[in-house]
Amino acid sequence: MSGKNNAGGPQDSQIVVPGENLGLSEEFEAGHGVIIRNDNLMATKNGKLKINGKIISIEPLHSQYVPRPSDLVIGFVEGCTNNIWFIDIGAPFNAILPMSLGPSKASFGSTRQVLDIGEAILCRIQEVEETHSSVVTMKGMGLRKIRSGSIDDIDPHLIVELSRDGNNSLRNMKEANDCRIITADNGRIWIDGEIDGIISVRNDLNEISINSRLLKEGGVA
Amino acid sequence: MGGYGDIKMIDENGLRMDGRSATDVRPITIETGVVPVADGSCRMTWGTNDVIVAVYGPMEAHPRKIQRQDRAVLDVRYNMAPFSTTDRIRPGFNRRSREISKVTADALASVVLLEMYPRSKIRVEIEVICAEAGTRCVGLTAASVALADAGIPMTDMVVSVASGKINDVVVCDLNKEEDNYGEADLPMGVLPNTGEIVFLQMDGDLSPEQFQTAWDYNVNAAMEVHKIMIEALKNGGAK
Repeated sequence: MSGKNNAGGPQDSQIVVPGENLGLSEEFEAGHGVIIRNDNLMATKNGKLKINGKIISIEPLHSQYVPRPSDLVIGFVEGCTNNIWFIDIGAPFNAILPMSLGPSKASFGSTRQVLDIGEAILCRIQEVEETHSSVVTMKGMGLRKIRSGSIDDIDPHLIVELSRDGNNSLRNMKEANDCRIITADNGRIWIDGEIDGIISVRNDLNEISINSRLLKEGGVA
Repeated sequence: MGGYGDIKMIDENGLRMDGRSATDVRPITIETGVVPVADGSCRMTWGTNDVIVAVYGPMEAHPRKIQRQDRAVLDVRYNMAPFSTTDRIRPGFNRRSREISKVTADALASVVLLEMYPRSKIRVEIEVICAEAGTRCVGLTAASVALADAGIPMTDMVVSVASGKINDVVVCDLNKEEDNYGEADLPMGVLPNTGEIVFLQMDGDLSPEQFQTAWDYNVNAAMEVHKIMIEALKNGGAK
């Protein structure tokens, strides 16, 4: 099967699997999910092939969030010490939120009075270390504790799909359901509004997730 | 009388008890995304074998002493359900499941790009629902598909097939009777794109010629199984 796909060279939107040969490395540059082995480009992930000029990359069918500085993320407080909160941002490692970057002034030892375990926050990635540990901040416009609405999860790469065409699909969803929707780069979505609207948006997001999984050769099933 | 070799498991025409020829593989089906809460999953049936694999992670490795500063660790757990065989299996880890978990992790570590996730852990849970013969091969193959489904970067997918010897004839993909009463068993893990071997075990005696035949059968069968794996990953399921 891999032979058939490579007969005419790699094609945009074709589904590839790990180990699939994508042609000679002279023709393209390796992007996300592609490596060079013995002068050949090789897919390392199961996903949709994207060719952007000379860069060939893979948009995975399923992915986990990898934090990058300045990403807007929705996190849950998972633990705390006297001056630090540990935030689950959906990445392999929890992020830390130092008291100095917290939502409000708090005295040493009173972290739980400001943000308690289990609470949700809208924050931004300030720094990512080499070891993949990250620091988040709540200092900035719109960054706050989430007190109402519902938080839903989709695959992080689908956030890009949602934001495509100038947020068109997101805007339609907001208008149709009279809801406030905030998408975070870690795949979490905050939906606030009337309960019927929230349920409707959650159903729409669920459908998007299922459709992305039903991708077939050359496009959406 | 009695003993191994007395039971006739292959006829004069080279047909086995289940009607397969020496090189035939049992029917295979693969379905991906069967465990919605997992990051990647796969259900694979191979003959009567039925295996479900779920992959979680990369996640923070706990306890901290298992963390590697330069790469992720693969935490593979192979388990047979108590009802998976005619004799009830005592639940929990035993010596056999520990051994299979280890060899599976070693085989997968040769293809997964672990260095991309330092200090992390990738958890692979292999659950055998129904066992006939060759569950370690099915578990390893299904784990490769589940890892790919989870979006874990890999250089290739491991395909595992076992060949063996029955009535002094080398045959591919042993069934239960052939496995129980046969004279040898050679499970192998093959990387289809390069032909490299990442897993090999042998039970019983094979002459050099028989070993070479079993090796060839395994490699050829692995190429066929690899096509089914690709189809499953591209379409969400394959037969």
